[in-house]
Amino acid sequence: MSMANNTAKTYTGTATSRVDGRAKVTGAAKYAGDFNEGGLAYGAVVEATIARGRITRIDASEARSVPGVIDVITHENRPRVADSDKAWKDDVAPEEGSPFRPLYDDAIKFNQQPIALVVAEEWEIARYAASLVRVDYEKQAFVTDVYRKRDDAIVVEKPDKPRGDAAKAFAAADVRHEADYFIPTEHHNPMELFATTAMWEAGGPLTVYDKTQGVQNVQQYLCSVFEKKSEEIRVVSPYVGGAFGSGLRPQYQVVLVVMAALKLQRSVRLVLTRQQMYGLGYRPATIERLALGARRDGTLDTITHEAVGTTSQFEEFSRNDTGWSALLYTSPNARYEHRVAPLDVPTSCDMRAPGAATGVYALESAMDELAVALKMDPVELRLRCYSDRDQNEDLPYTSKRLRECYREGAAAFGWDKRKAEPRSMRDGKTLVGWGMASGVWEALQMPTAVRIVMTANGHAEVSCAASDIGTGTYTIMAQVAADSLGLPIENISVKLADSTLPKAPVEGGSWIAASACHAVIATASEVRSELLRLAKLMKGSPLADTVEEDVALSDGKLVSRTQTDRGVSISDIMRHGALERIEKEKTNQVADDKAHARNTHSAVFAEVKVDEQLGVIRVTRVVSAVAAGRILNLKTGRSQVMGAVVGGIGMALHEETVYDHGLGRIVNHDIAEYHVPVNADIHDIEVIFVDEPDSLINPLGIKGLGEIGIVGVAAAVANAVYHATGVRVRDLPITLDKVLERRKAA
Amino acid sequence: MQDRAVQSDAEPQPLPEKVSVTLTVKGTERRFSVLPWVSLLDALRDHLDLTGTKKGCDHGQCGACTVLVDGRRINSCLTLAVMRDGAHVTTIEGLAANGALDPLQQAFIDHDAFQCGYCTPGQICSGVGLIAEGRAKTPDEIREFMSGNICRCGAYPNIVAAIQQAMGTRP
Repeated sequence: MSMANNTAKTYTGTATSRVDGRAKVTGAAKYAGDFNEGGLAYGAVVEATIARGRITRIDASEARSVPGVIDVITHENRPRVADSDKAWKDDVAPEEGSPFRPLYDDAIKFNQQPIALVVAEEWEIARYAASLVRVDYEKQAFVTDVYRKRDDAIVVEKPDKPRGDAAKAFAAADVRHEADYFIPTEHHNPMELFATTAMWEAGGPLTVYDKTQGVQNVQQYLCSVFEKKSEEIRVVSPYVGGAFGSGLRPQYQVVLVVMAALKLQRSVRLVLTRQQMYGLGYRPATIERLALGARRDGTLDTITHEAVGTTSQFEEFSRNDTGWSALLYTSPNARYEHRVAPLDVPTSCDMRAPGAATGVYALESAMDELAVALKMDPVELRLRCYSDRDQNEDLPYTSKRLRECYREGAAAFGWDKRKAEPRSMRDGKTLVGWGMASGVWEALQMPTAVRIVMTANGHAEVSCAASDIGTGTYTIMAQVAADSLGLPIENISVKLADSTLPKAPVEGGSWIAASACHAVIATASEVRSELLRLAKLMKGSPLADTVEEDVALSDGKLVSRTQTDRGVSISDIMRHGALERIEKEKTNQVADDKAHARNTHSAVFAEVKVDEQLGVIRVTRVVSAVAAGRILNLKTGRSQVMGAVVGGIGMALHEETVYDHGLGRIVNHDIAEYHVPVNADIHDIEVIFVDEPDSLINPLGIKGLGEIGIVGVAAAVANAVYHATGVRVRDLPITLDKVLERRKAA
Repeated sequence: MQDRAVQSDAEPQPLPEKVSVTLTVKGTERRFSVLPWVSLLDALRDHLDLTGTKKGCDHGQCGACTVLVDGRRINSCLTLAVMRDGAHVTTIEGLAANGALDPLQQAFIDHDAFQCGYCTPGQICSGVGLIAEGRAKTPDEIREFMSGNICRCGAYPNIVAAIQQAMGTRP
């Protein structure tokens, strides 16, 4: 390690390359389906082909006769599992309802439900045998279309409290805009297939390598479902190939694998097919109704926001779509309503910026339409309605630099050159459109513990059960640990995502960065105290009369902050104390500050070019200006926002899970027919981090970046398409057929 | 109402004989026996323990399984191992020589051209193949010729920058 004077480097806030980069570019990073051992058995799932009903007969005799097949597990021969709903509820399960239990009984609750697991010596044999499982069903009537349930959807989430009289104010408003917006069902489609490998390790627990955003959530769930003691199952997930919310809850493949491993006493792997992943959770199809009333000067009089989202018949999943409208803009009158429509589909789940990606899309589209009605610049309208306080709770923010987002984003984009009239800007044969939108998300922290083991050679291992799903958690924790322990980053190793490590929440909600980094700081402080205690015992110690508040770890030494020439090297302290290692574990302090609102904000500016004859839409430029407190790593942080912008472009132009409502079945259940952006779809994306110091939210001023980047993007693109074409498409995705047809109709 | 669902109308057939296949991987000849329906991808992952090559769809739709076969980039899920008997296969594990990263691997780190890393082996093998083809000159051409490799984390602009760096055309 470097011991030279005055070379101490600060990592926090810099563009440090990913510490797991080498593992990822060499193929060394191991994901759940990559753990091999001799004698591994392979599973293949048989799925239901009806949307609702009952299995009357399931015949696996032919499947069993295939050489190499070890077993076929169905509801008729599965091992015992827990019977109560409570036992099947994971940390992230909706409060209301009865979680899905794979292979539990003969009931079919949704198409693609797993109904049998074939286990064989080779994967191809398992898959072939799965094709020989014969099933008879008794079919029942089903509904998969949210529009058919719109009117009898149920209120599930207590909406934010209304203000004034929204309906009366709407009727009296100078300028009104009212419309429905629709976001179809979307699937996360992380690149990694959902996979689990369960291995029996001699004398140890059953080790479950699982694709998950929360190893401890899965571990507790498995122990509960299979009635095992905590030490009997360990869940590990060092690398996760994307998840975007799909890995927050335990998925059915982990249950099937553990079931097979317990029944057969064999190590078992199951990798779902891309098609089978459409039988998991998804972003719920949502109908949003916005009614805005304003004065001629652009100040809002009233906001009404109603949302109807999709859930299953057996669990009530919902996310707050409407609260963002309540929070963001000043309006004396406001009313919100959030309902869910239970359909014969799997339970919906969180997908990147759940509730905000959809709700803010609708709000910001409606704001654009209001700006058109007012003949006002869309940025100007948002400034007229700007609020320095959370409108729901009437609280000040810990920080809110959204004004600066508008200003810096607009300047970088060149917004002042925009001609207001739709179809007024051209580039040769293409129509050019410029649109913008605001974004908002929460800045949360959760209790998280971190262990640090510092060794006498000046290395430290930092560990925590949190996951890194590609967000950069390994890297930011290494940066903060290097700074708080005064060591070069090469001397820090970070271990994550093992259920036996210190407690962490699921990786979601943009809360891991603030939570884990403050746990690192808290634990590093304990290490420092221990070093000071030992240093004071040294004969003639230069720190003998130094108090704890005055010492820091810097450049491999414990030094006095006020008299920087007074210090002792870590290795000397530990040698003197005859210690090989110092081990400390501490939980972050989550402040219970009810006096402030905590949010991140953004302003997104998008340029589209639309071929007038063919209708082809390209997003040629996006500027995303984000105010999210202190940015820990400019390189990985920029990537997070850029990637989220790509996701938002997908929402706007490409993504839609298509149902055949007559069959109750998804018809585009693969990654060619379900369109996601490819490289050729993506052009210039500029990310601006607006300076947003925040001394109130937490000591480092961290707010989190995982979700804010996608919020508002779909609306900015939709608004740009309107500006280019004069066609307002209010049902996503905005495909060229919709633009061409509605242009003709206009 | 009774509805008989059969996942396919396949009747049980006897399994075929295993076939011996030889591949040269990381400069070493590897000989193994597989059933003829085993894809090159599954042979690499399950029979040769080379799990760096990833499965993202098994249908040639996502590019995660891209490897170089006799220098050309292909989707290893769309070719059977038995069809490649005698071939030289370069996977992500074989790109670094004596611990020194390929320039494109280093460029991916420098430009943060990935987040979760799952599509990365396929992106890098595809990029190495593209550079060898010599037909991508402009960023638009890189975007077009890399569009068979999906990155759901959305690292595309960084992937283009990394390939430009490795090609020596980054301004």
